Amino acid sequence: MSGVGGDGVGGDIGIRFDGVSVAYGSNTVLDSLDLTVERGEVMALLGPSGSGKTTALRAVAGFVTPARGRVHIGDRDVTHLPPHRRGVGMVVQSYALFPHLRVEDNVAFGLKAQKADKAAIPGRVAEALEMTGMAAYAKRYPRELSGGQQQRVAIARALAIRPGVLLLDEPLSALDAQLRSGMLAELARLHRELPDVSILYVTHDQVEALTLADRIAVMDKARLQDCGTPQELYRSPRTEFTASFVGNANLLPVRVGSGSGQVRLGDAELKVDTAGVAAGATATLCVRPHLVGLGEGANTLRGAVAEVQWRGATHRLYVDVAGQRVKADVRELRTPPALGSQVALHFAPEDAVLLSAGVAADA
Amino acid sequence: MLVHSRSGRWALWALFLLLFVPLFAVPLLVIVAASFSTNWSGAFPSGPTVEHYAAATRGESLQALTTSLVTALVAGLLALLVGSWAALAAHALRKRGKRLMDTLFMLPVAVPSVVVGLAVLVAFSQPPFLLNGTRWIVILAHTVLVTAFAYQSVSAAIVRLDPAYEQAAASLGATPSYVLWRVKLPLLLPSLNAAAGLCFALSMGELSATMMLYPPDWLPLPVRIFTATDRGSLFTGSAVAVVLMGATLLVLLAVSRIRTRASYR
Repeated sequence: MSGVGGDGVGGDIGIRFDGVSVAYGSNTVLDSLDLTVERGEVMALLGPSGSGKTTALRAVAGFVTPARGRVHIGDRDVTHLPPHRRGVGMVVQSYALFPHLRVEDNVAFGLKAQKADKAAIPGRVAEALEMTGMAAYAKRYPRELSGGQQQRVAIARALAIRPGVLLLDEPLSALDAQLRSGMLAELARLHRELPDVSILYVTHDQVEALTLADRIAVMDKARLQDCGTPQELYRSPRTEFTASFVGNANLLPVRVGSGSGQVRLGDAELKVDTAGVAAGATATLCVRPHLVGLGEGANTLRGAVAEVQWRGATHRLYVDVAGQRVKADVRELRTPPALGSQVALHFAPEDAVLLSAGVAADA
Repeated sequence: MLVHSRSGRWALWALFLLLFVPLFAVPLLVIVAASFSTNWSGAFPSGPTVEHYAAATRGESLQALTTSLVTALVAGLLALLVGSWAALAAHALRKRGKRLMDTLFMLPVAVPSVVVGLAVLVAFSQPPFLLNGTRWIVILAHTVLVTAFAYQSVSAAIVRLDPAYEQAAASLGATPSYVLWRVKLPLLLPSLNAAAGLCFALSMGELSATMMLYPPDWLPLPVRIFTATDRGSLFTGSAVAVVLMGATLLVLLAVSRIRTRASYR
């Protein structure tokens, strides 16, 4: 079976970007990306549209040629290899199932194209369909399937060639919210069943990235902004962009006091960890909305309520503090504060991260 | 429906019939009526007969029908082959090359077909390419004339084809030629089919270039209609015209049946 996956199967398969830049004319869409995806790792490329994340994925698949830099799959330099010789599985947003072929022929397509042993094909197709729970639909045409089912077939088709690398380009964005969370669980299960497959997962949805990824690479403006485990990025983001894009944090401009562990926001004294930031400098204080509570505490902010949104289990409060609008997610309130009323908010010193202004300016 | 009121709808239908019937239906009906009559001096034809059809379906007329069918089939298929190939090739070119190809294939459409006929006649009347006097010069001229239409319709279909199919196939390890035969051509089949039908129909009705080129043993049906009416045999000519119309429609109908079976969505 190992003959089928091309020379890509076996060995230490992963993906490595070495200073990869892609440009369309004078427009740089990916700027010197350095990133390594380990074997068996799920790496999410997270960023808004136009951040270069899809371009990075297409550079691995072979649909864009880097202007500079090298792309490696395993120990092979694939920078100038045509797509059909790379041995990567790919699932795109539109699924691109071949409408003229039945489900089983869609799944068998890669095996036939690679001239796999004819006798082995039905077994491999059945296996891939089994894995994605689509065995009962083998004789259907794609047009006879729902969006979620087409999604599964697209994954089965990509897995049938037993790729060392699986590229997923916004695979869930065409599904409705309920199906999406179901498919997320499915993808996580598939990854547990295929522990050696490296997955590059492009998404603009932080929930997908946080749920599925071993590590997240945050992209913005054609550049890699930050890379780390979901917990690292969520708890201690290194840039303002990461902080706001992952978890929608409050970003408050503060001035670091002369004493250590002190910052000022307006006339409020706040205690946070100021390690690495010079005294007297301006910095950005980053606090997650759900870690901000109502009432006084270790660090207290006072301000007027600008807006109250009921979100079922929580209330989202927008409070104007010293000219900044602070978001707070608190457990559902029996009597939410009236608009314009003065309230106190608090957060624990260890729940805040201080970003120095230099990093902030870059993002 | 853009018009919602009942009276508005009726008015539109009336307008449609008023324009459609005299412009499209009546001329065709007149030919059919004429083909069944021996005399037409009053408001309506007289002397009903089927004799013209007897003449139109045997002897020289039958041979002309065969000639036309063979010419249109060969020219249509050649045009489909060349036009699709060119369209696929042009799609792979960069912008400037594509524009050049588009212009080249526009030429036979832009230039009057008489000119194309004359050009073919002059070009192929000398050795080493001596085709004048053979049936091949007619087929060649028809191919040149209809290839442009095949190119244009296939070209339009290729542009509409989602590149994601091609890329998905390539990522699964399919070589470009495998992608062409197993993905692109099957997906283009409905358009190829439509293009073939168009080419066939255009070739069946081609007269002006054919007139300059046809050898005595390769006389297509439109020429036969023209000579018959030119001699004054209007009613015989009408019967032959109805046969031409019927044969063309029958083939197009068959082609469109294949098309509905080949379309996947």
